[in-house]
Amino acid sequence: MRRFTVPLLVLLLFGVLIGLAYYDKLDLYVQSVLMFMGINIIFGSSLNIVNGYMGEFSCGHAGFMAVGAYVSSVLSVLFFAQDKVFGAPLLPPEYAIYGFPIIVIIAFIAAALTGLLVALPSFKTRGDYLAIITIAANYIIITTIINLDFIGGPRGFMGMKSVIFAMEDVAFLPWMLIWVYIFTILSIWAIYRFVSSTYGKGIIAIHQDEVAAEIMSVNTNKMKLIAFMFSSGLAGVAGALFAHVLGYVNPNSFNILKSTEGLVMVYLGGMGSLSGSVLAAILFTFLLELLRPLQIIKWVVIPLLLIILMQFRPEGIMGNRELSDIFPRLRKFYQFK
Amino acid sequence: MKKFLAGLLTFLFVFSTMVAFAADTIKIGFNIPLTGDIPKVGEASKFAAEMLKEDINSKGGLEVGGKKYKLEFIYEDNESKAESAVSAALKLIERDQVLAIIGPNSSKQAVPAGQVCNDNRTPMISPWSTNPDTTKDRPWVFRAAFLDPFQGPVAVNFASKTFKAKKAAVLFALDNDYSKGLAEIFKSEWEKKHGPGTVVAFETYASKDQDFSAQLTKIIAAKPDFIFLPDNYNEVALIVKQAHDLGWNGPFMGSDAWGSAELMNLCGNDCVGHYFSTHYAAAGATGATKEFIDRYTAKYGYVPDDVAALTWDATRLVLQAIQDAGKITGNVRKDRKAIRDALANIKEFKGITGTMKFDEQGDPIKCAVVVRISEKGEFLFTESVCP
Repeated sequence: MRRFTVPLLVLLLFGVLIGLAYYDKLDLYVQSVLMFMGINIIFGSSLNIVNGYMGEFSCGHAGFMAVGAYVSSVLSVLFFAQDKVFGAPLLPPEYAIYGFPIIVIIAFIAAALTGLLVALPSFKTRGDYLAIITIAANYIIITTIINLDFIGGPRGFMGMKSVIFAMEDVAFLPWMLIWVYIFTILSIWAIYRFVSSTYGKGIIAIHQDEVAAEIMSVNTNKMKLIAFMFSSGLAGVAGALFAHVLGYVNPNSFNILKSTEGLVMVYLGGMGSLSGSVLAAILFTFLLELLRPLQIIKWVVIPLLLIILMQFRPEGIMGNRELSDIFPRLRKFYQFK
Repeated sequence: MKKFLAGLLTFLFVFSTMVAFAADTIKIGFNIPLTGDIPKVGEASKFAAEMLKEDINSKGGLEVGGKKYKLEFIYEDNESKAESAVSAALKLIERDQVLAIIGPNSSKQAVPAGQVCNDNRTPMISPWSTNPDTTKDRPWVFRAAFLDPFQGPVAVNFASKTFKAKKAAVLFALDNDYSKGLAEIFKSEWEKKHGPGTVVAFETYASKDQDFSAQLTKIIAAKPDFIFLPDNYNEVALIVKQAHDLGWNGPFMGSDAWGSAELMNLCGNDCVGHYFSTHYAAAGATGATKEFIDRYTAKYGYVPDDVAALTWDATRLVLQAIQDAGKITGNVRKDRKAIRDALANIKEFKGITGTMKFDEQGDPIKCAVVVRISEKGEFLFTESVCP
C-alpha cells in the first residue's frame, strides 16, 4: 500500500490542477506562477546534483538552461510553426502534442552534451577553479547566442506560442501546465532514482572523500562527468519549458543572475537534499510573488530573509536530509521510489 | 510555522480580493521595472503616472460619458526580467482586472508581455520599447516611441545637411540589440544616399568595455566627416573623451540612448556641441511639454528624461481612448475591446513628445527631434524631423 501513496498523490494533484485550470477556476496568473515554480524546481534540484551531492561549485547553470531553451525553441518552430526564417513547418502542426516531449528530450541531450564539453577540460580542477570555468562557460554560451543572427541574436527568438496554440487546437487543455507538471515530476523522480542508486551513490562518495572513493572502486572521473551531464541536461529541460511558457527567449534571460537564483535555491534548501531544493524552489517563487506589493522593498526583505536563514540555519532548510529523515513517521505512509 | 503560513495565505487572499472590487474607478496597470538593471526607468514611469493621476483625481476624476471616474493606477514591478513581466501582466489582467496596461519599457520584457496581453485581449502600450516584434501582428499592443529604423534615416539626413558629410564612421555595441540594429540601418541608408563604401569605418565593441582606443584609432585613420554613435550614454561618455584624446575634433551624432540626465555628469565638456536624435527636447520646449517638464522638475527634483515623457503620453493616450469609447459598461471584456478600438482609431493625438497617430501595426507615426548639447549641458532643440 505504501508504494502507491506517492504516485496516487501525484496523480490526484495532477487531476485537480488540470481540472481547475480547464474549468477556469485557476486563473492564468496562478497558472503562470505554478509553471515558473515547476521550472524553478527542475532548475534548482538539477543544480543540487553538482553543488549539493557532488560538493563541487558550478555557477554557470543558466548557460545550460539557455542551450535547452534555444535548441527546443528552434526545433519546435522549425517543425510545427510558420516562421519568417525557417519558412513553413516541416510537419503538420497537429503533431505538436507528440513532438513536444521529444523536443524536450532533445533539449536534454543538447544541454547534456554542452555540459560534457564544459566538464571534460574543467574537472581536472576543483573548487574555485571550477566556479570560474563555469561562469566563463555561461558567458560563452550567451555570447554565442547573441552573435547567431538566424535565431535573432540579441533580439531574442519567438514563435513558440503558435506551437502551443496548435496543441490547443487539437485538444483544448492547459498544455503547458501539463507538460511542466509531467517534466517536473519526471525530473524529481529521475534525480531521486539516480542519487539513491548504488551507482549514483558514487557521487556522494566523491563529495565525502575523492581519494577514498577511488580506492573503493568508484570511477571518479567518469562519475563526475555523468553527474555534470545529467545536471546540465535537466537544466536544459527547465530551459525548454521556460521558453515555451514564455513563448519568447532572449539570451539575457540566462545571464549570471539566473545562475545565482539557482544557487540561492540550492543553498536555501540544503545541499544534498532533494526535498530541500524542491521546497526551496517553491518557497523562493512563492515569496517573489507574495512580496510583489512591496515593490522596491522586496529586494531588501528577501536578501534579509536569506541572511537570517544563513545565520541561524547555515545548512539550509533541510540540511542534507530528506523529508522522511526529519519526520520519520511519514515513512509509515509512503515510500518513494 | 503553520499559523504563520496560514496568516500569510489569508493576507494574500484578502489583499488580492480587496483591490478587485471598487466602484466607479478606472483601473490601469503599470508593468514597469522598479528593481533590477534599470530601476531609474521604472521610477521615471511611476513618477510621471503619479503626477497625471493626481491631476485628474484632484479634478474629481476622468469624465467618461457624462460620469466622473476616479483613476486607480496599479504598479507592478517586473524586476527587468522577462518571466516576471509575464507574471506581472497576467496578474494585472486576471487579478486586478485592469482596463489597459502601460509598459513594459524594455523590449526584452515588452515582447513576451505583449504576447500575453494580445492573447488575453487587453490593450497594452509600451512607452519605450523599440523592437518591431513588440507590436507586430498584435492588434492589442501599441507603442508610444518611434521605431529604431526611423532614427537611422533621421541621422543620415541631418548629418548630410548640417555637417555636409560625405563619409561616415560608426562605432556600436555588438551585443546590444538596439545599438546593432540602428548601426546597420544607418549604414544601409547612408550608402543608399552617398554610394557604396562611404561608411569608411564600421567598428564594434562589447557592452561594458572601457577602452575604445583600438577602434577609434582605426576610425580616425579612415578620416570620416563625422562619427555615428548609436550607443548608451555611459559608453558614449567614454568614447567621446577617448576620441578627443586621440586627436579627433570632428562632430559626433548619436541616438536617443544618449538622452539621459547622467550623460553630462559623465562626459562633461567633451560632449558639448554634439547632436543626437531623440523623442523630445527638454530645453527650449514650449507649451504643454514645458509645463510637464517644469512641474516634474519641481516635484521630483530632476529634469524628466524621455521615459517619463513617453509614459505620460502613453497613459494619456489610454485615457483619451477611454473617453473616446464613450462609456464604461463595467464588463471588463467589453470595455477592453472598446478601448482597443478607440486606440486604433485615434486620428491625431497631441502628446508632449509630438503629435502622433497609430499605423495598422500599432506603431506611432511621429516626428523625431534632433538636439544639440549646449555649453550649459542642456539638450537644445535644433530641428524636428518627420517621416
